[in-house]
Amino acid sequence: MFRVWYRNFKVWLKHIQASLIGNLGQPFLFLLAFGFGLGRSVPEIEGMTYLQFIAPGLVTSAVMYSAAFEATYGSYTRLSTQGTFEAILMTPINVFELAMGEIIWGATKGLIAGLIMLATLPLFGVVPSAWSIFMVPLLFLEGVIFAAFGLIMTAIATNYDFFNYFTSLVITPLFLFSGIFFSLKALAPSLKLILMLLPLSNIVDLSRMLCYGRLNGIEPIQLELIIVALYTLVSTWVAVILLKRRMIQ
Amino acid sequence: MSSNSNPQNMQEEVALRIKGLKKNFGERQVLRGLDIKLLKGRCLGLLGPNGAGKTTTIRIILGLVIPTGGEIEVFGQKYPKATRKVKYRIGVVPQMDNLDPDLTIVENLMVYANYFRIPAKVARKRADELLEFFALKKRRDEIIQNLSGGQRRRLLLARALINDPALLILDEPTIGLDPQARILMWQRLETLREKGTTMLLTSHYMEEVAKLATQVIIIDHGKAIARGGPREMVEKMLGREVMEFSADDKLLEELELSIRSCNVKTERVGDKLYVYVKDGCPELEKAASTMPHVVKRPATLEDLFLKLTGRKLREN
Repeated sequence: MFRVWYRNFKVWLKHIQASLIGNLGQPFLFLLAFGFGLGRSVPEIEGMTYLQFIAPGLVTSAVMYSAAFEATYGSYTRLSTQGTFEAILMTPINVFELAMGEIIWGATKGLIAGLIMLATLPLFGVVPSAWSIFMVPLLFLEGVIFAAFGLIMTAIATNYDFFNYFTSLVITPLFLFSGIFFSLKALAPSLKLILMLLPLSNIVDLSRMLCYGRLNGIEPIQLELIIVALYTLVSTWVAVILLKRRMIQ
Repeated sequence: MSSNSNPQNMQEEVALRIKGLKKNFGERQVLRGLDIKLLKGRCLGLLGPNGAGKTTTIRIILGLVIPTGGEIEVFGQKYPKATRKVKYRIGVVPQMDNLDPDLTIVENLMVYANYFRIPAKVARKRADELLEFFALKKRRDEIIQNLSGGQRRRLLLARALINDPALLILDEPTIGLDPQARILMWQRLETLREKGTTMLLTSHYMEEVAKLATQVIIIDHGKAIARGGPREMVEKMLGREVMEFSADDKLLEELELSIRSCNVKTERVGDKLYVYVKDGCPELEKAASTMPHVVKRPATLEDLFLKLTGRKLREN
């Protein structure tokens, strides 16, 4: 598993610049446009300025985009045109290790993007608390979830266009409706419940709590953590099964 | 006296044994009871038209395809239990180039060695030796994208040898190469064979198989239809020589009748009659001297292949 991870890491080092700018561009632009731009005319939410409110969520979105893109466009290139997956499976590495290596790699890229974003928040006047250290494992798990989602798509994709469905039907809605840009607390209970069952919502809420050290989430912390853990396990398991079906005839 | 001194007492070690191998892809039966035995130190050539089941067989040995039925044993260890263990000792040159395009030549070897858990120090030494052997040393730090077809193929072979495999699988190893590059590849493969590397080879180049293989299996429709030494099987099943007569239908029919008593096999293809000669015969000599267009040449594996699998184009 780490042998597969290491292969991807080695290739990434060669394209590090393009890769980082590509993955971080979007969240930064949102932070500027919404935080600085829109934020001036929006009142405080949950006792924070709008910029403060959206900053932790945008960190999680950087993780999501980075992990999901790596495990779709990146992994699919390795599966199809480059034949890398097959080259690896000709060796003693099996599909489980390959899938785990790809997921952990996607998660690593997600985490790197998230941490860079987090580290630059002070430039925007947002100062994370000491609790933010716990965001590291949280963002890593988030990376695992979205890399696994991406790998599931890769395992059933027939071409690159297929990922348009994933981006427009999964990733973009999650970006918009997981409580990054508006507070889920104020919503009607039934709607709030539905949105809190989405994979990103709990991570956004937990990140906001940890970022400012105010542990007053929408749901009890234990419950939110359990939902994150469940998403991690189930998505990884499904990704492994589907990749096996794709690679072994 | 040690038992080794008597060759009959020497147990020849079997590298690969396949019995009754079957594989269905949905309705399509790709393998229908294939048997293979490959002894250690030998090179087995698998021949067959497209879709005959060669690549499927290789993919089964690599665990990439799960067979519908049959037994597989590599180095005396049974599949599927031993698949992973066995793969530490197998090297593969795949039909499709799947080198890492972003990495350099030496990085390709090092990353691949890592999949076999070869310590970096050992791998580096082995990589240097292989690059020397395959005339790639000067370009070791170049990105794969800059390499020629021949260099890529040689690197694929070097990569297949990084784990010092006891069984080397070559799936169309010289596909798409120009004659110069192919000859260089053959030289290296012959050296490996002389060193006693066990090989399983598939190819569409009969010349390649005749050159490298110590034994040949011709597969069609998922079954072995002929097997033996590359030269012996041609002689036994066809003959020493082929005579190609070109003429109109009538003349060829007369010719075919006149040589009925000879120990020959004939095949009509369009305006040609192929006569495979086992023993010389006066009627044939006479015909050869009277017919306007005759070509006489040694019989090859290609003749046998075409005789057995037909001359029709295979498309599925």
